[in-house]
Amino acid sequence: MTKRVVIVEDEPNIIEAINFILSRDGWDVTVHANGETAVAAVRTARPDVILLDVMLPGRSGYDILKDLRADPDFAALPVLMLTARGQKKDRELADSLGVTRFMTKPFSNAELLAALGEIAAGA
Amino acid sequence: MPASPLTGSRIRERRLARGTRQADLARAVGISPAYLNLIEHNRRRIGGKLIVDIARELGVEPTQLTEGAEDALMVALRDAAARSGEAGPGGAPELDRAEDFAGRFPGWAALVATQGRRIEALERLVETLSDRLAHDPHLAASLHEVLSAVTAIRSAASILTETRDIDPDWQARFLRNVGEESRRLSESAEGLVAWLDTGGDVAETPLSPVDELGAFVARADYHFPTLEAPGAGAREIGALLKGAEAPRDPGTAEMARAMLSRYHADARAMPAGAFTVSRAAVDGDPSRLAAAFDVPLDAVLRRMASLGGDAAGLVVCDGAGTLTLRKPVEGFVLPRFGGGCPLWPLYQALTRPAQPVAAVLEMPGRIPRRFRCRAVSLPLAGTGFDAPTVHGATMLIEPVEREVPGPLVEAGSTCRVCPRESCPARREPSILGARVPAAPRSDRDQ
Repeated sequence: MTKRVVIVEDEPNIIEAINFILSRDGWDVTVHANGETAVAAVRTARPDVILLDVMLPGRSGYDILKDLRADPDFAALPVLMLTARGQKKDRELADSLGVTRFMTKPFSNAELLAALGEIAAGA
Repeated sequence: MPASPLTGSRIRERRLARGTRQADLARAVGISPAYLNLIEHNRRRIGGKLIVDIARELGVEPTQLTEGAEDALMVALRDAAARSGEAGPGGAPELDRAEDFAGRFPGWAALVATQGRRIEALERLVETLSDRLAHDPHLAASLHEVLSAVTAIRSAASILTETRDIDPDWQARFLRNVGEESRRLSESAEGLVAWLDTGGDVAETPLSPVDELGAFVARADYHFPTLEAPGAGAREIGALLKGAEAPRDPGTAEMARAMLSRYHADARAMPAGAFTVSRAAVDGDPSRLAAAFDVPLDAVLRRMASLGGDAAGLVVCDGAGTLTLRKPVEGFVLPRFGGGCPLWPLYQALTRPAQPVAAVLEMPGRIPRRFRCRAVSLPLAGTGFDAPTVHGATMLIEPVEREVPGPLVEAGSTCRVCPRESCPARREPSILGARVPAAPRSDRDQ
């Protein structure tokens, strides 16, 4: 069965590349670029996994993650957080909010596909 | 009268200054020369009648021998010892012998205290700079830009090289994306390097007197309205030097006083109203303005900068090329340390004293920007037949809004942040690593 993923990211060229590789890998991809409406978009799309950037217009990825975890429907939803900020404190903050996996930019396409597959499978 | 640990040193200092022999002084106050020798080397504490007698013989007040700045020196020595942390190869500092050390070797003790204070100041500076690196919003935003661009390039490049049956349309899109992101990366990296080189906001964390003076000038945009008023003088200069924005370092304050005095002299010789009218009448020609106001050409360049708002920058350098005054102008990156690009007319002028030098400089960047720069080097006041001739140079920097006459020179800020690899004036490699790609002609014409 096709897995659904919502990409919450505001960099158009990164979106295009991730969209391309995930689509070719068989994922059903939905893209959302605005932090303020991201939670609503997730509720509509009902994805199997979320790719969530940290620095977004409107709201940060941390705020979005916090809201998702507060919602029983998404408390256990796998979330792969992408960020250019890879400091220890950023990882700790993401962990404290309940992130499933934390990946720093830049990453390879293969690493991204592998990580997404693993967290979607509950690994 | 309490005895001071360093009373003996002062007695010895005064005695030697008067040219009195130790034996003579000892005899005059009724003690043996050997005992006086012990006193002078702070091996014996004295007080009461003896110190009064010695003071009388030396022609000073007793308090001049018993009171001094040694308390501050002792505190500074103990601070230095406390900051030294772990004991060195020779063991921990002998705190109980600090007074003895200061008494016997006052010069060395003062040096230790000064070095201790200097180390403390440098540690604070390192802390401040580290803090800036960790929390500066500009730096964080620039690094985010760089990493985002690298991510997009890496991902697209990987798709292009690893996807065998990629559709030609997708291929074209990703090639375009790589091109766009490469340019963005270049811009971000260049901006980041320029920021690091200039220290970001020059008004923060001055590192030297010249740096602090530069921050003072930059905050005021090299315009001091109180010095423009008729009748302004020393009082207004003093008020500026006492203001919240004024340099705190005493040495820098003196440099600022000299700069403000020169500014005031310029303003008095070329009042703003008359200067503006004359400038329009001669189409901004500095040479004709110099003749009209009977002032040196460098004074006119300074005046054009001080009244030019954000459309005029200024740099002044000494004969060694070190920038001693900087008024920034947008797009023309001024180095924070040392000298700038050797191709600037500022430096050309140093080789041709008293001859005006002008050029249009094209500064590198995705969209190269041009600046009309006019410079002159003149002997500094105070030099003459009996002293080496010392020159300084002054350069006015104005963004070019239209075609202006004069040679076009591809210059830069400093070699470290300049991408012009084959420049004949290059003195060190660029940390940009590679040439910054120029934007298409349509972008450059915007």
